[in-house]
Amino acid sequence: MNDTNSTVTRPGLRTLVKGETAQTNLMLAVVCILVLISMTALRPTMFLSSYNFESMAFFMPELGILSIAMMIAMLTGGIDLSIVGVANLAGITAGTLFAAMAGDGGSGALGLGPVTLGVIVALLVGMAAGLLNGFLISVLKITPILATLGTGQVFIGMCLVLTGGPAIVGFPPGWNAIGNGKLLGIPVPLLIFVVICIALSVLLARTSFGLRLKLIGTNPKAAVYAGVKRGQMIFYSYMLTGGLAAMAGVLLSARTNAAKSDYGASYLLQAVLIAVLGGTNPAGGRGNVLGVALALISLTLLSSGFQMMRVSNHLIDFVWGGFLIGVIALNSWRSRKGS
Amino acid sequence: MRFLRSSDAIILAILAVAMIFIGLVNPAFWQMSNLFSLLKENVVIGIMALGVLLVMISGGIDVSFTAFAVAGMYLTVRAMVALDYNGLVLPFMSAILIGGLLGLMNAGIIHRFKMIPLIVTLGTASVVRGLVLGFVGTSNVNINKMPDALVEFGKTDLFTLERANGSTYGLTAMIVIYLGLALVLHLVLKHTMIGRSVYAYGADPEAAKRVGFSTGRTMIFVYVTAGALAGFAGLLHSSMIWLANPRDFVGLELDVIAAVVLGGASIFGGRGTVLGTVLGVFILVMIQNSLILMGIDTTWQRIVVGAMLIAAVTVTALRDRRALV
Repeated sequence: MNDTNSTVTRPGLRTLVKGETAQTNLMLAVVCILVLISMTALRPTMFLSSYNFESMAFFMPELGILSIAMMIAMLTGGIDLSIVGVANLAGITAGTLFAAMAGDGGSGALGLGPVTLGVIVALLVGMAAGLLNGFLISVLKITPILATLGTGQVFIGMCLVLTGGPAIVGFPPGWNAIGNGKLLGIPVPLLIFVVICIALSVLLARTSFGLRLKLIGTNPKAAVYAGVKRGQMIFYSYMLTGGLAAMAGVLLSARTNAAKSDYGASYLLQAVLIAVLGGTNPAGGRGNVLGVALALISLTLLSSGFQMMRVSNHLIDFVWGGFLIGVIALNSWRSRKGS
Repeated sequence: MRFLRSSDAIILAILAVAMIFIGLVNPAFWQMSNLFSLLKENVVIGIMALGVLLVMISGGIDVSFTAFAVAGMYLTVRAMVALDYNGLVLPFMSAILIGGLLGLMNAGIIHRFKMIPLIVTLGTASVVRGLVLGFVGTSNVNINKMPDALVEFGKTDLFTLERANGSTYGLTAMIVIYLGLALVLHLVLKHTMIGRSVYAYGADPEAAKRVGFSTGRTMIFVYVTAGALAGFAGLLHSSMIWLANPRDFVGLELDVIAAVVLGGASIFGGRGTVLGTVLGVFILVMIQNSLILMGIDTTWQRIVVGAMLIAAVTVTALRDRRALV
């Protein structure tokens, strides 16, 4: 018996869910602080340096946005395995567009207008990809895992066809500023991430759209009887996921000044992990932005600390996987205790 | 007559049409050497696909088997090199054991914590790959270090033919192992209680429990067998390519899952046959390998595989929906 089912049958559903979410978030905050303290104790001078935090602020947002995208897909009980493909496709489409617009002059001359156009095109690519996923899942009734597994392959394939294999380099300076610039001393990617977090928190917690989305995940049948247009909502949720994934792709290509078909392949597992760790129920119905953000921060602190202690990258993979299993065990234990 | 209406027959028909089409585009497809190399390509993917089929019939999905294959292969080969051991039976048993134990871990976590297999296996895959690469090593064991017994075993041919220019080519004997395993799994699934319990569990876990199947035992059978097959396939792969690469098989899980779905298995569980899977694997390998023969750029390969997967799952989704009404 999983915890969604056991809470559904009880009165006062909303307060209960809220209480549980708050509990998870509190626990995550404690984990965050514990990681921070232990890493500081182990490597005081390096870990607490402003350079370390600044570099985290630049590379964390990509993964954070992908994790939020994964959380949105999970809210309806689905999953999106194509997000990394979408992210790369968005970056590569923008890069191809810049190359075409700049012609022989080089992309250095492209100003604000083309860059804005590039961002819009990238986001449109993401939403179109989401539209395709939504169509397969809601109209053709394909399981989300298989549908997005297939489209993910297709998107990566399209990246390969567009680039021919090697990375696209030489984005215009304006595009670079999105990934490497600072506004009032704050890294731009972090600003974008915070804005997305706030916007989606409001969308999920304070609008009927968010409530309907969670309702579909909690109990699809009840949601349909309550007048929720299930198919339409699934379309919206995957388009939102695709758009967010494309935004992550924009940040990734802007930070590295390059776009390639296999960039960020390891982000897929990490996004699933962060979403689940952040209190999202993969069976649907439960998930919040704050939890995902806290999970992201604690895991980023953890791997940055490990990197400083010169632990091999592969062992970090091991720790991430172990963390995921640990969280599954903990959630199962808690829900059993609760019911 | 019943066979003609089954999904296996449809897959067989698709395969025949595809073979005729590819042969028309480029008659070189029908050369014996090409067909033999296609069959050879089938072996490792096919053995892994048998494990994935089993998991899928039980209603789950497994993405950890490639990591288990790497663990079974790399740990065994490294141990053989370190101990200077040169044999066959013991190493293959060790690879099977490693895969089986890792599969037991999957079964334990999935059954005990009632968690979605996809997420559990994502986690265990990451753990196992991290452990192998982080603790054991990241360097290849190359042909000069590979144990001779393994290399010789991988070279075994059923029979060899001679080309016009005098060079020879053969049909690998490994195909017999693959088809033998497929036959055994087919018999187990069709004619034993444990095999029937996998279908029952996949179709409806609650119903399977009520008619008296032990769900825990079914899960252990499914995931241990899948892990053992993966471990075996891993070592067999390194014996066939004379190389043990701890970074091998990355991304192969998607191809194998695609092949199994192509073979008519349903991700919702309860449906799927060994024959369908064997045919699905053959279609996938054939199309991947024939793109060059047909003059299509290899960069299109991912799109073709993805589109094939989507087409196959669409057909099965439509079929499953009709079956439910």
